[in-house]
Amino acid sequence: MGVRKGIEVSLAISEAVAQCNVDLIAAYPITPQTHIVEHLSEIVANGELDAEFVPVESEHSAMSVCCGSAAVGARTFTSTSSQGLALMSEIFIIASAMRLPVVMALANRSLSSPLSIWNDHTDTMLVRDAGWIQVFIENGQEAYDHMPWAFRVAEDPDVLLPVAVNIDGFILTHMIEPVEYIEDSVIKKYLPEFKYPIALHPDNPLSMGCFAMPELYTEAQKARDNAVVNSYSTIVKAWKEWEQLTGRSYHPIETYRADDADYCIVTMGSYGETAMEVVDMLREEGEKVGAVKIRLWRPFPFDDFYKAVLGKNHLVVIDRAISFGGPGGPVASELRSALYSKQGAPKVINYVAGLAGRDVSRHDFKNILLDAKEKVQRGEMEGYTLYGLRG
Amino acid sequence: MDRFTVFAPRLVEKAEYFTSGHRACQGCAEALAVRLVMKALGRNTIVAMATGCMEIISSPLPTTAWNVPWIHVAFENASAVISGCEAGMKVLMRKGKVPEKKINFVAMGGDGATADIGMGQLSGALERGHDMIYVCFDNEAYMNTGIQRSSSTPYGASTTTSPAGKVSIGQRTQKKNLPQIAVAHNIPYVATACPSFPFDLMEKVKKAANIKGPAYVHILSVCPTGWRIPTSDSIRYGRLAVDTGVFPLYEVVDGKYRMTYEPQKLRPVGDYLKGQGRFRHLKDKDIEEIQRRVNQEYEKIISKCGGM
Repeated sequence: MGVRKGIEVSLAISEAVAQCNVDLIAAYPITPQTHIVEHLSEIVANGELDAEFVPVESEHSAMSVCCGSAAVGARTFTSTSSQGLALMSEIFIIASAMRLPVVMALANRSLSSPLSIWNDHTDTMLVRDAGWIQVFIENGQEAYDHMPWAFRVAEDPDVLLPVAVNIDGFILTHMIEPVEYIEDSVIKKYLPEFKYPIALHPDNPLSMGCFAMPELYTEAQKARDNAVVNSYSTIVKAWKEWEQLTGRSYHPIETYRADDADYCIVTMGSYGETAMEVVDMLREEGEKVGAVKIRLWRPFPFDDFYKAVLGKNHLVVIDRAISFGGPGGPVASELRSALYSKQGAPKVINYVAGLAGRDVSRHDFKNILLDAKEKVQRGEMEGYTLYGLRG
Repeated sequence: MDRFTVFAPRLVEKAEYFTSGHRACQGCAEALAVRLVMKALGRNTIVAMATGCMEIISSPLPTTAWNVPWIHVAFENASAVISGCEAGMKVLMRKGKVPEKKINFVAMGGDGATADIGMGQLSGALERGHDMIYVCFDNEAYMNTGIQRSSSTPYGASTTTSPAGKVSIGQRTQKKNLPQIAVAHNIPYVATACPSFPFDLMEKVKKAANIKGPAYVHILSVCPTGWRIPTSDSIRYGRLAVDTGVFPLYEVVDGKYRMTYEPQKLRPVGDYLKGQGRFRHLKDKDIEEIQRRVNQEYEKIISKCGGM
């Protein structure tokens, strides 16, 4: 096994990307993604990685350069946050439609306005339906592990889709954590050389990104949906292979002390770790609580989710984004929808918390659970509650 | 030039890389320009194209008019997409993953894609110094969406969003000077061309391909539909644009200007304007004003060329 280092998570991400022998990085600076691309450009400048670092003039161009690069068959990486994601969203969507396997470290941050650089999930929810494979990770080790994993999945000939690894901005990107490094030789074994079957080259002329009449558009979208849905088996296989090499296992939906739980806290991203601590704390107090963590967001792992929650009574879903004028936070809305036709489906109580980096501690999780219990007693489980709203 | 006209056609590439059967309007000089550009570039070329007329007419699924690798991603980003193709291919060749080969990386866009929505991305790509060619096919309005004005539409032209009316002359602003903006990036090669002068055009595209670093070629592409002229007159109006000095043909190699075709005496701009439906509403005093402006701009170019 490799060495264990105390390192800032952003730097660990860059070094994992470098270990993947990436060919091209195109990025534009935006907080809190900056340390990732700064360190990568440093690695390239020092000759430690033979890659092209393309310092573009906007995020829109970053994703456009990535599309061109992946189209000629180069292993391609980018990273962004918030407004940067919003600006590149036009091309972000096209990248998946054109089956260009770009990998992105998405340092999650709130969207303006008011302008805020701090963490929540409003940026990633903007591109929920963009056709990318999306995962959420909880800590530095997971961030490191998911770089080789993301390339492995994206470039698999059965997948060929872009992958976004969601990493909570600041909460994770700027933390110094212990990270166990995997040797280059192990990563090389895990991650085969990228061979894009439809790479642009004069020896094999093909037209990419054509125009379609209504007779073909629907079928093109169906093919795209199939590709996203079918990527599930490769995703799980890639996690299993990683487990065999490193001993660390990952699953689409993960649970913690949930078997006999009356209330389960449902989270995505770094809140999963706080949730586990709260579960331990409340279990000591005799409360029957557990945690459910959604790691794989797209394709949504319905069967794993049902297996984890059917038979439970209550799900307390913590959203990190608001759907203005909508039925609740985006995660809770999807879970309610997924559960609607299921017998014995648990009740969903939804809280939106921790917008723009407002701290949500173990104490707050406990308050949320207490509040949820009261809501259940009163039978008020519709909509959502904005936790910690002042005034 | 005269000595070669007899022989030059024989030297032109016979193969077609932008093939017939596409869906361009009758008399489209832009499609002709694309065809000539591709003849000059040859088969070892990758094209990134902006959304627009040429993209729509050449790539309706499941057909394509392209005999070279071709990619379209969006409207404003052809220059960034080709940047990625060029940089990606460069590193793949350096790492021995793809055999070494000279490939022309070419971005193509209309005047809307170039002068308006893609201006920042073009500037970024030129500044970063990719070994690429950007070809702007300038038909002086958003023809694909129905003849709306762009910043490359000339003063006085009536379009669907700069219509001539009781209190409007049509387009109120002067045409944005894209070749000069390209020159300001200190790139090794900038040229203007027009398919009415096919050998001059192909010569310039070949030069652009052979020069290391970014090159910009600006091609005036007559659009009978948008300019409201007979479809049989596209070549004639391209010639008139050059012969009146409205669109001078020149090139800038490492900052040095050279006229590649200089009419002995400029024809009056009225010869160019009067037959076009888009200028039909102009009065004599408007044409006089345009003549003054054309003379002034032409003098500027002549003096940059060393007062030939």
